[in-house]
Amino acid sequence: MEMQDVIEEGYVGILEDLRKRSLWMLHYCTACGAIELPPTITSRFDAERFGIAPFVTSRQSDILLVTGYINIKTLRRIVTVYEQMLPPKYVIGFGSCTINGGIYWDSYAVVKRLDLYLPVDVYIAGCMPTPMAVIEGFRSLMKLIDEGKANGWKKYIEDNAYYKENQRKVLG
Amino acid sequence: MVEKIVLVLTPVLAFFVGIFLVGFKRKMVARIHRRYGPPLHQPLLDIIKLLAKKENISHGVMFDLGPVIALGASILTVLFLPLPGFKLLTPYGDLIAFLYIMVIGSLGMALGAGESGNPNASIGIARALTLMLGYDLPFIIAGNTLILKYGTTSLFNLMNAQSNLHWNLFFLPLTAVAGFIATYGAMGEHPFDVVVAPQEVATGPMVEYGGKHLGMLMIDHAMHVYIETALFVTLFLGGASNIWIFILKQLGVVIVMTLVDTVLPRFRIENAVRYFWRWPTIFALLGLFIVYLGG
Repeated sequence: MEMQDVIEEGYVGILEDLRKRSLWMLHYCTACGAIELPPTITSRFDAERFGIAPFVTSRQSDILLVTGYINIKTLRRIVTVYEQMLPPKYVIGFGSCTINGGIYWDSYAVVKRLDLYLPVDVYIAGCMPTPMAVIEGFRSLMKLIDEGKANGWKKYIEDNAYYKENQRKVLG
Repeated sequence: MVEKIVLVLTPVLAFFVGIFLVGFKRKMVARIHRRYGPPLHQPLLDIIKLLAKKENISHGVMFDLGPVIALGASILTVLFLPLPGFKLLTPYGDLIAFLYIMVIGSLGMALGAGESGNPNASIGIARALTLMLGYDLPFIIAGNTLILKYGTTSLFNLMNAQSNLHWNLFFLPLTAVAGFIATYGAMGEHPFDVVVAPQEVATGPMVEYGGKHLGMLMIDHAMHVYIETALFVTLFLGGASNIWIFILKQLGVVIVMTLVDTVLPRFRIENAVRYFWRWPTIFALLGLFIVYLGG
């Protein structure tokens, strides 16, 4: 390994160690799982002690929380918002709806699996996930960032054709 | 030689003190909410993260230059503030020049954010410039009262004139109150945070800024906090004999501001300007009248 690589790797390692302590989540709540976010942020569970704070525009945010079922109408907005965010960016899928459609599995208007359309870093299972589960999801995302495994945004650039084709199939 | 080194290092000191004050404020707000709160160095982590973003989205040349103008204006303003024992850049007419230079940052922001074309940014800028009309009036009257009383515009002389507990806070309380409310408005705390109102205009001028631009704006914000509190300490709290007491007094100003900030809701913009042109202006004019009569 050359000197340049060693320095670069060390730099990225330190950076990711710092980066995991400052994650801003986008204040864009798509569905019912969003109701678990106020208790997560406020006094009792206090997400800010991990450096996680809600921010209102896609330009400033790092995490996109997809909180529950995804309409075809909503998917268009989610993709736009995700593409507006600046990399490195991470996606967290909430509840069973983002995994397999949940109780809307046979609806014509609801998308079944989120990771066909966007690269998901962490899924939080359950319906609804409790604030404890949400915090646990944040913790596992932080761990993945620390290990350098939260590479969804790189995957979105590399496999862009795959994701775009899937999006085109649904959105037309 | 020592003066020159201090002059070069002052913006760095201002940045770190500003970061400390911002972090302290976040921690204190969390404690008032009965939360544990982020660590004290959280703003520093945020800035490092923002500066390390992979891409930067630009909307034009002026959009890139906006944060640079704001940060440059902040660095220049810091150089005009006297530190205990050191007068930095001191041409004639310190205080007057200071009041002019402080505006450049807002104008740079206005030019930069205006080019993004986002309606929220335009509304935010309109609010920022209108609010500036509000808090500048009492502040300039208060500043002129001090100039009338001490017969000097040099910030260093104003600071030295208040040594041995001859603070303007005790001897000119009405002027000090007016100056405090004006400083409070300039810091953009509740109830005067109409500019950066996330629920209404999605952080106003910053709505299209992200990544490295936003990192630069956060550095600018930290230095702005330093400037506002240091100016209040210099004018009304008697300066300090060494730098630690200076920072301690700044911390006191931030604590009082945060105690008010945490419990208040938000004014509408017309109410904010009406408030500034009523109470602080009346106090400032009364203070001016008293100094004029007392000679």
